[in-house]
Amino acid sequence: MTVVDRDVAVEEPASDHSGLTFARVLRAEWVRFRSLRSTWITLAVTVVFVIGLGALFTAARAAHWPPRDPGEALSFDPTRASLGGAFLAQLATGVLGVLLVTGEYSTGMIRATFTAVPRRLAVLTARVLVFAAVSLLVLVPTCIVAFVLGQHLLSPKHIQTDFSAPGVTRAVFGAALYLVAIGLLGVALGWLLRHTAGAIAVLVALLLIIEILVHLLPSPWPDRIAPYLPAEAGQALWTIKPDPHTLAPWTGFGVLMLYVATSLIAAALLLHRRDV
Amino acid sequence: MIELVGLTKRYGSKVAVDDLTVTVPPGVVTGFLGPNGAGKSTTMRLILGLDHPTSGTARINGRQYSALGAPLREVGALLEARSLHAGRTARNHLRVLAATHGISTSRVDELLEFVGLTDVANKRVGAFSLGMGQRLGVAAALLGDPSVLLLDEPANGLDPEGMRWIRHLLSRLATEGRTVFVSSHVMSEMQQIAEHLVVIGRGQLIADCPVEEFVARGTGQKVRVRSPQLAELVARLRDEGCRVDEERNAVEVSGLTVEAIGELAARHQIVLHELTPVGASLEEAFMQVTSDSVEYHGVEQQA
Repeated sequence: MTVVDRDVAVEEPASDHSGLTFARVLRAEWVRFRSLRSTWITLAVTVVFVIGLGALFTAARAAHWPPRDPGEALSFDPTRASLGGAFLAQLATGVLGVLLVTGEYSTGMIRATFTAVPRRLAVLTARVLVFAAVSLLVLVPTCIVAFVLGQHLLSPKHIQTDFSAPGVTRAVFGAALYLVAIGLLGVALGWLLRHTAGAIAVLVALLLIIEILVHLLPSPWPDRIAPYLPAEAGQALWTIKPDPHTLAPWTGFGVLMLYVATSLIAAALLLHRRDV
Repeated sequence: MIELVGLTKRYGSKVAVDDLTVTVPPGVVTGFLGPNGAGKSTTMRLILGLDHPTSGTARINGRQYSALGAPLREVGALLEARSLHAGRTARNHLRVLAATHGISTSRVDELLEFVGLTDVANKRVGAFSLGMGQRLGVAAALLGDPSVLLLDEPANGLDPEGMRWIRHLLSRLATEGRTVFVSSHVMSEMQQIAEHLVVIGRGQLIADCPVEEFVARGTGQKVRVRSPQLAELVARLRDEGCRVDEERNAVEVSGLTVEAIGELAARHQIVLHELTPVGASLEEAFMQVTSDSVEYHGVEQQA
């Protein structure tokens, strides 16, 4: 191999154009995001869950229509049924968010990351922005496809709806927003806990387990607490026929975003203070 | 130039780096030597701002790492612990880092070729051998053409050819006027690479001097002696209070100079066949100088 016969380490004049800028950190985060195969696989899984399960739920509903219980027919929400895949897909986006951070800690990449960019908050902010932008770009069309396909599958029984019905547009975009928010919760948990398994465990606890436990409480506590849990609050945004206790759509989503913002701020404070 | 002033890092009650004051000058390769657990890697992490010091400061070209506007263009670092994402290709790994400073992809390809990884540039680094990982780390360190290089155990996992390569590279970088600070626990390697030494044990500075001076300071000079009247000579030497290590048909004497041994032999009419000063190796000097801290660690672990 040639050793030192080539002048690779040529002196370049250090100019103002040679240093760190937030735009460059943002660009680096995009290169970082897209250059891992696992990122795209997890995103693809999310898409398959939303569209595939939505189709499955609506097809099964249409096959067994009308239901024996007339109350059930009255409360049927075709929009929500077609977006039902998001219940499982939220775990995929959450895990994606976690992995974007903990994958760096488990491999040691984080040391290279913070050596290149010692401004840790810039890295955190850029990663949040890139994740939010990319997942929104993927998930908005995904939710539209799931909705359109679901309504098509419901149409033989004439129980479908369309974008002109009140709340439908909000719900379809809302499901995408909800999935992105859960992913951001995963990002925050990744920064806070720095371990994949721990962060995923806490995520599942926040989304599913606490809700189950709350519903074991004696009445009236479940109805008072459950609407404010992150998942239930956020799901208000893509619900058209809410329970009496469900928060208003944007109020509910605001509560979820409060969880996200709080955990991101806590993560930023800790990241600034802790050793890598 | 790297300046450490009173640099201290405590983890709970354990002191990893203890009041370290050192200046690493440009233009020479400075070796950073110490037994395992002496605080070498922690010191590197403190310099790079990855860990926060308990007290004291670490400055590079007069500024703290976190205050550098273009860190990759001032400092190149190769850490001992792997700092790569296994799922990314070698080329993409460098592109992520390069993007933070607006460094071009052609520079990335140039460095891949320089470290001999062009053929595997699009392979994921998870499949890389330790030596290939080290080469990629060297490429990452050189991305921004920095004036200061910090390398923690760069020869780890390299084959003899790789070691020669690293050695030539480091001395060339130093000749170009860069600051090169390189740690190693392989003493013989250090003797070949470094001109200047910073030695620590238990986080404390033990020596900060040229390599030759450190070697001389350690065991001091020994003298190799052969004689047909060896038994008699050994008895006389021991009377003088020398330490005598007997070998097959010669002895190594410490505590007397070549001249003094020659005169002693003449006085007692002992014939000498050989009288040679023997330089101590860096390894011996290192073992002797750091033995206290190593022993202390042994006791501490047993307790």
